[in-house]
Amino acid sequence: MRPFSYFIPASLQEALAIFQREGEGGRPIAGGTDLVVQLKEGGHKFPYPRYLVSVRRLPELRRLEWVEGEGLRLGAAVTMAEIEASPIVRERYLALAEGARVVGSRQTANMATVGGNLCNAAPSADTAPPLLVLGAKARILGPRGERLLPLEEFFLGPGRTVLEHGEVLVEVLLPPPLPRSASAYRRHTPRQCMDIAVVGVAAFLALDEAGEKIAEARIALGAVAPTPIRAHRAEALLVGRPASPEVLGEAALMAREEASPISDVRGSAQFRRYLVGVMTEAVLEEALSRARGR
Amino acid sequence: MPKQLIRLVVNGEGHEVAVEPWWSLLHVVREVIGLTGSKEGCGTGDCGACSMIVNGRLVTSCIFLALEADGAQVTTIEGIGGDKGLHPIQQAFVEEGAVQCGYCIPGMIVAAYDLLRQNPRPTLEEIRYALAGNLCRCTGYTKIYQAVLRAAEMMGG
Repeated sequence: MRPFSYFIPASLQEALAIFQREGEGGRPIAGGTDLVVQLKEGGHKFPYPRYLVSVRRLPELRRLEWVEGEGLRLGAAVTMAEIEASPIVRERYLALAEGARVVGSRQTANMATVGGNLCNAAPSADTAPPLLVLGAKARILGPRGERLLPLEEFFLGPGRTVLEHGEVLVEVLLPPPLPRSASAYRRHTPRQCMDIAVVGVAAFLALDEAGEKIAEARIALGAVAPTPIRAHRAEALLVGRPASPEVLGEAALMAREEASPISDVRGSAQFRRYLVGVMTEAVLEEALSRARGR
Repeated sequence: MPKQLIRLVVNGEGHEVAVEPWWSLLHVVREVIGLTGSKEGCGTGDCGACSMIVNGRLVTSCIFLALEADGAQVTTIEGIGGDKGLHPIQQAFVEEGAVQCGYCIPGMIVAAYDLLRQNPRPTLEEIRYALAGNLCRCTGYTKIYQAVLRAAEMMGG
């Protein structure tokens, strides 16, 4: 690695002050499983940073807290292993636990953080589709104060987010789950572990009081567009309609149309589009069966 | 920026080391402290040959910055089996013939050790999942998994 300076602030305020004092050319670092590797490879995805600010131990970024009436506060520096092991995440936001579980290896999961997964902004990030369907908001702190954004608005393109110089993703906020609702995430990879999603699909479904019609639906797709995306038109096909295999199938076909995949070493555009159809149907079925079990 | 001083405990022994911010924990352990059991394979966190336990968590030390190990308790392969003899996991690897070229084995043993202290009687599937981040390019996985199963038995899990 080429030289850089490294700061380990004791508080979020101190971290923000370091970015102000040192000026452009700095980046926050948490687990380092993406960033350190990119630095070792020469940092061609972005200008090589002059300095790094370690945020992995900041208390404000380490929360994993259920707040009654508010939902889950998930600090950006909470690790994949901690998310996967969290009883509250497994019980109320299962898709997120499923996304965290498949990131890298045990070693990776012990280091990698949810904030890093989002800020690295890979279209294939495994926690992104789950967080999108769970209605996540990103809380960002910077020199001009606080921003609270729907996660949909966080990603700009591969490796690019709305974060500006001196801004830090502090936490992700998840609303409490609706009654009779559930979520699921699956990805397709040649290997089960240590691999990157060819396609990732997350779904969230909430049923009406009779348990027959779909009251709310969200679908998110990974690795099939420049950013993780919501399949809004597929969602619209589900809301208010009976939770039947035919209706889920229609939505899956629509999700296929909403994907805009590229061909690369992991799969052709055609294969990816095909996978979106098959996997969306399967993930919707899984979310439905979980919602019915509640 | 001048070198910064970190203090860490490696296998129960305290060390004070002046490090550059871009040095990895693996570099410090191998090149400064002189414990060369941990190997660098890929250098990018993919192969697990450099696996260590830092503050109770299994990590790939090649992408773990040394500065982040300030104040840490570190266990390397040397802390598992030492001059006094082989650890039961190592013994099981020998008995099962799980070692071919040997380069991945320190990382395998550390990862297996981390698994068995959390899950003393893992299933084959759990072993495969726990060791997914440790590559053996001799492809000796079957015997490695058998060795971990045997080690679990030997350790009375």
